[in-house]
Parts: sequence; structure tokens; C-alpha cells
Amino acid sequence: MGIDKRFGAVHANRDVNLSVARGSIHGLIGENGAGKSTLMNIVYGFHRADRGEIRVNGRAVQIGRPRDSIDAGIGMVHQHFMLVENFSVLENVVLGAEGGRLLGKGLAAARAGLEALARDYGLDVPLDAETGHLPVGLQQRVEILKALHHRAEILILDEPTAVLTPPEADQLFRMLSLLRDQGKTVVLVTHKLREIMAVTDRVTVMRQGAVVHETATRDTSPKALAEQMVGRSVSLRVEKGPASPGPVLLEVRNLCVSDRLGVPRVKSASFALRAGEIVGIAGVSGNGQTELLEALTGIRRPTSGEVLLSGRALTPKGLGPRGLRSLGVAHVPEDRLKMGVVSSFSAEDNVILGYHDRGAFARGGFFRRGAIRADCVAKMSAFDVRPTDPSLRITSFSGGNQQKLVLAREMDCGPSVLIVGQPTRGVDIGAIEFIHRRIVELRDQGKAVLVVSVELDEIMGLSDRILVMAGGEVVGELPGAEATEETLGLMMAGVRREGSR
Amino acid sequence: MSAGGRLPRWAEYGLLPLVNLAAALLLSGIVVRLIGESPWAALKLMVAGAFGSQDSIGYTLFYATDFVFTGLAVAVAFHAGLFNIGGEGQAYIGGLGVGLVGLAMGAWSAWVVIPAMIAAGCVFGAAWAFVPAWLQARRGSHIVITTIMFNFIASALMTYLLVNVLIRPGQQSPESREFGPGAVMPAMTDVLGRMGIKFASSPFNLASALALAACLLVWLFLWRTRWGYALRVVGQNPQAAVYAGISPERTTIVAMLLSGALAGCLGVNELAGSQHRILLDFPGGAGIVGIAVALMGRNHPLGILASSLLFGALYQGGSQLSFDMPHVNRDMVILIQGLVILFCGAMENLFRRPLAALLGAASR
Repeated sequence: MGIDKRFGAVHANRDVNLSVARGSIHGLIGENGAGKSTLMNIVYGFHRADRGEIRVNGRAVQIGRPRDSIDAGIGMVHQHFMLVENFSVLENVVLGAEGGRLLGKGLAAARAGLEALARDYGLDVPLDAETGHLPVGLQQRVEILKALHHRAEILILDEPTAVLTPPEADQLFRMLSLLRDQGKTVVLVTHKLREIMAVTDRVTVMRQGAVVHETATRDTSPKALAEQMVGRSVSLRVEKGPASPGPVLLEVRNLCVSDRLGVPRVKSASFALRAGEIVGIAGVSGNGQTELLEALTGIRRPTSGEVLLSGRALTPKGLGPRGLRSLGVAHVPEDRLKMGVVSSFSAEDNVILGYHDRGAFARGGFFRRGAIRADCVAKMSAFDVRPTDPSLRITSFSGGNQQKLVLAREMDCGPSVLIVGQPTRGVDIGAIEFIHRRIVELRDQGKAVLVVSVELDEIMGLSDRILVMAGGEVVGELPGAEATEETLGLMMAGVRREGSR
Repeated sequence: MSAGGRLPRWAEYGLLPLVNLAAALLLSGIVVRLIGESPWAALKLMVAGAFGSQDSIGYTLFYATDFVFTGLAVAVAFHAGLFNIGGEGQAYIGGLGVGLVGLAMGAWSAWVVIPAMIAAGCVFGAAWAFVPAWLQARRGSHIVITTIMFNFIASALMTYLLVNVLIRPGQQSPESREFGPGAVMPAMTDVLGRMGIKFASSPFNLASALALAACLLVWLFLWRTRWGYALRVVGQNPQAAVYAGISPERTTIVAMLLSGALAGCLGVNELAGSQHRILLDFPGGAGIVGIAVALMGRNHPLGILASSLLFGALYQGGSQLSFDMPHVNRDMVILIQGLVILFCGAMENLFRRPLAALLGAASR
């Protein structure tokens, strides 16, 4: 079976050739923007290739829409699940293959089929449960079942572990191995080297829209793959000396935060952040980290509890983001495009966001355009942002350069506390190194840094102390040097560590 | 926007609107042909009607002034992410403010009365926009719905006031008495005459200078002040605004107040500049045309200036056309205007892809 694809006009993919052997797990790895998703979306019929062809089992197929792809035996599990949350599992699985005008018969047939599938592959899912109520790991299983039910022989998984705890990810990999052993073909799209090494048979590396390397997984190493991804040698470790913690700058006491619908998301969290240390918050995405960040930065009002800045309690009403900024609390938000930048604005207009009323930028309400531009150029050269063009739209920059601009904005104003959500989400490896170094430098200047990340490697590499959040609670704390993936994984899954403080 | 839709600036702001306009005129020409008139003659009549003589140019500029005010009103709200459909009502009520000052202070010096009329127009227009703005900001009531409703309320209120309260005693038509001499915005024919330039008499008056100043001020405000910046951040990304410490609620209200004030200035042109009394339905749809003007002008003051001129010409040339061509009546003219709005507003992207492809092919 060969999937062969070639096309040129859009440079998201340049003459890409990828062939995947039947009954294997093939890894597709590359930085953000390397063209992995574009390629997979073409294979699945979301986009159309300008040139090139797709062959399944040696036969060329025309794929113009997802239906064609499903008919050709290709199934896709998206990073963001495509499930109807208030449907039952069974209803979700038959969606798109109902088999007739009346549901009853199709559902009964599907039930029998799914029970057989569940037996064959160990894919146990409660068929009648409401999908939205299942844990994400199970929801993902529903997606896989759905693909198999649609007679997929080739299964594409796009960043499947982004929402899983490490034990859940291991379980997924075991499942994938089983599927392979039964003759299915799996394409695993990821940017995590560890996963490639753990589960794939062969791996293809993409860079800037082109395939740069293909090899059997056992013949390569994480370091070699990383270098192929970036195109130069990189250090995967964060270089830093020991921390010298000073006085407590930020203290949180019994903080409770609810989301927009009034559902409690943070449950009585307490911790302290000292000058000169980096504290990391680990946890699977969606366990209260977002709400905690928003409460600490004044975006969301906590329902109860206290936040103290340098020992001074912030008024019960809390300060808004503006007040906190003026007290030296800088914030790099988790989702850059949703919150951190205005995507239709130029770089310079984004670099003043949140600081636009500072005297340096506006006098009597009128902008000092020259000063704004000069400041932006200075930040760009200090943070190695390329191209050095302040008038360019922010979205014309790569994810890494966008993030560097946001960091430059928040670090350059002399904050005493820096709160960073997902410091390197959607950022290429080269920029990750740079960003980590800058965060460590800030710590060494005696500032307090709070990092929230779903990337365990990042948390372990950066943090002097690690807090683990699960189900909205801080379930444990351990020194950065002692943390391993296993201990963190167990804590993230909600198992309290014996003797944890 | 999907791939292949990006145009260079000159094409985006120059070529694309022209192509859209040409398409609208072409289709209008076909309709004119179908009813048995010559499209070419009709076009010549319209152009002559709009620009053929000094007084027709005066009328064109007079109408264009209305559209500048209402177009800017739509644009300011739009930059804050709000679709203000209520320009008509805000202009109507703004005109009430202008008229009340004109009636009450007409005997005073024009140096006092005219600034007071402008201020009153702004305040009344802003006040009429405030209620929908407040409802949107604090209660989440959709601004499109509430501003449309407020157009009707404004219309009903003004009818009541003109029929029962402001009507000149002993008269049948629902109009107020004339303003005093101090409440008259100088006509351009007089202003230019004093400067030694002869210009035929028309309703074209000094309010046009106010409109030009408004364009400049809106541009300065939106792109050169931190308040305008905050307003645009809210319009483009409310979450980023919250993150930056900008209150979307307060900004919504400020933007709508400004929008209403701009719409309210229409009364300065219509009432102080031309009618010199309050009468029924004086905005005459200019508040609605302002939406098309803003859309076509890409919500930029310069673009709004250009599209206001176009719509002013369509208005003036169109009424001339219906005079001179027996088969082309008033409704035909509205049809032509409708087609221009359709192509330049609703279907502005129709030619975007072909144009982008063409330009892309040419530059390669």
C-alpha cells in the first residue's frame, strides 16, 4: 500500500512523498507549520492538493471530500474530537453511516458490530453513555471505534496524546500496537519525540512543507530526530543553575474559582511563589489550570480565597488585569491567538497591548508612533524576532516569533512576577530553547515565575518546584529535581503521593 | 479568509470597489435597456445630473455630507465590533436636538447658536444610541435588534412631537416654525462668494466642512489615540481586550455614544444648513445608506469620503434621471442604488478571488 502525494503551488507541502506500509505504525513528526496537518487534511479530504495523487493499495483514488476518504478506508481521529457531546456513544459511532432512513435497525446492527470490535481490539466503551460525560481518554476511544466501524483500514491520529495523562497515553499506544498486529495501518502525527520512539515502526520527518528524513525508528534517536526537525543541532535540556529562592512574592490561600457557568474549577488551592524561583504547575489540560491563571491575573474573579502580592492582600474585589500589571504582575496567556495578541494588528500594535496607556507610548492620549516603533524594534532585536519589521501583521510571523514578541512585551516592562501559560505551545524547537533560556534568566534576576504547561518535559526541565493539579485541586508538590514522569503521571491521574506536602 | 483572497492594498481599496461599481452599473444598464430606454443616455443623464452644473454639484455635495456623517457613525461602531443599524433614528433624534436649539436660540448670534446646535445634535444622537449600547453591554441584548427597534421608536416619537407639540399653530403640515436667523448654517454660495468665488445657489453649506473635520477626527481618534486603540482591540478580539485590562462593556458604550453623536450631526446639515425648521422624516434613509457607505468605504474615513461622494452623486443624478426619462421613475433609481449597495456591500467578495488570481498570475 502506498500513499504518494505531490504538489507544489501552496508551499505548505512541497512535493511530499510519503508511503506507509500495511500493518505498521508510521510516525509523522515535524514542528508546527511543517505541513503535517496540511498533508493529513489532504489525505482526509478537507483540503484538495494542487498536484499529486493519493494511492491506496497501489490504486489511485480521488479524494475531494471526507466521504471519499472514508470510502477508501481511511479514518481520522482529530486532535479536537468531532463528537456530538449529547449523543450516546452508539449514536456517535453510527453518525454518517446510519444505514437507512430509520435509525432502529442501523443502531441494532451497529451495536452487534461494535461489540465484536470491542472484543477483537479490547476497545471497551459503554455504548449507551452520553458521550460528553465520558473522560477524554474514552472519548478518544469512541473516535477510534467510529473510524473502525466505518471500515477504516488506515487510521490517522493527529496529536492524540495532547489531552491524555501519561498512563492514558500508554494505554492508547498499547491499543495502537494491537490494531497494528491485527493488520490495520496507523499514522501517528505528533511533535513529541518520546511518542515516536515508543510506538512507531518507521518515522518520517517533515520540515517547511517537505519530507527531510525517513527511517526505521529503531535506527534513530530522539536527538537525531530533533536535529532533523529543526535543521541544526539543538539541546533538549534546559540549562540552569540551582535556584536561590528569596521572599514570598505571590501567595495564594484557599483560592476557589468557578467558570462562566458557575462550575467550580479551582478548589481551595494554596501555594506560595518566591522571588528567584520557577514554580511549574503540571496537570492534564482542563484540570483548573486555565481558571487558576485567569484568577491570578485578574481576568476572572475568584469565588473565594485570597491572593497576596508581596504580603499585601489584594482587595476582595480583586484588581483587574490593568491594576495587576501596574503592580508588576506580567502575564503570558495560554492561548496566544485567542487572548495574547490581536491577530489583525501589526507587531508594533501588539507589543503595546496592555501597556498602551503607559506614558512611554501615549502622551495626552495620543500615540507616540515613533517611540512605539523604536520600542518594538528594540524588543525584536533583544528577543531575536524575525523579520525585524514592526509594521508586519502579527500573523505573518511564525508561532515561535509571535510567542517571543508576547514574551518580550511581558518581560521587558520589569515585572516582579511573571505568570506564563503554555510558554511554548505552537512554538518550534529552536524558539523553545530560546524562550526557556529567557525564563531562567528572569528567575536569576530574582523574579518569581509561575509556569503552567501540559508538556511534562517542559515542566520538569524548567521548574525548581512542581505543583500538580488534578480535578481543580493542588494534589501534590515536589522539587523539580526529584520529579519523574511516573510520579507526576500518577499524581496527575489523581493519586496522592504519600508524604507529599 | 481562505487562500487566494488576499489583494494588494491598491487593489483592495481602489480596484475592487471600482469593479464592483462597474458590475452594478452594468446590471442597471441591462434593466434600463429592458424597459426600453438607452442605458448610455441614462448614464450620461445621471452623470450630468450629478456633476453637470454648479448647482447640481452643490446638491451632490450636500447629500454626500449626510452620508459622511452616517457612514462615519457606522464605521466607528464597526471598529468596536458593533453593527449600528440605528443611524437613522440617531440622526432623527439628533436633528431634534439641533432643531430645539434653533427654535429656542434663533435670535442669538450665529457664533453661539451654531456651536450649540452641533453640540445638541451630538448629545441627542448619542443619547439615543446610549440605550441600545447599555442594553448590549450590560444585558447582552443584540445591538442590531435594539437599534432597529429604536429607529421605529424615534420615528413614532418625532411624528408625535411634530403633530402635537412642535407644529406651527394654524398650519396643517407637521412642521415646526422656521428657526431664527442665528440658527442658519451659512450656505456655501455665500461663503465662497465672500472669498470672491462665484458658486451657484444650492443647499450645499458649511456643514460639509464639519463633515471633513469629522473624517479627520475619526481617523485621528481610531488610529492615533489610545482610546481608539482600545476600541479597535475590543472590536477585533474582546478576549485580548479583557487580558489587556480594557473593559469591553465600557468600550461598547463609548463607541456607541460616538457613533450616535456622528449620526446626530446629520441634522446640522439638513436642518441648520438647508430646511431651517424641523419636519417629518428629514433623514430620508441617509442613516441606512450610511451602512452601505461604510461597507464600501472599508470603514476608513477616506473610503467613506469617496463612497459618500458616489452615493451623493447617485442620489442627485438619480433624481435628475427620473425627471428627464419618462420611463425611469423614482423606483428605478432606488433599484440602481440597491444594486450598488448589493455589489459593493453584500457581494463585495464576488470578484475578489478572480481578481486575486488575475493579479497573482500577472505578477508571477
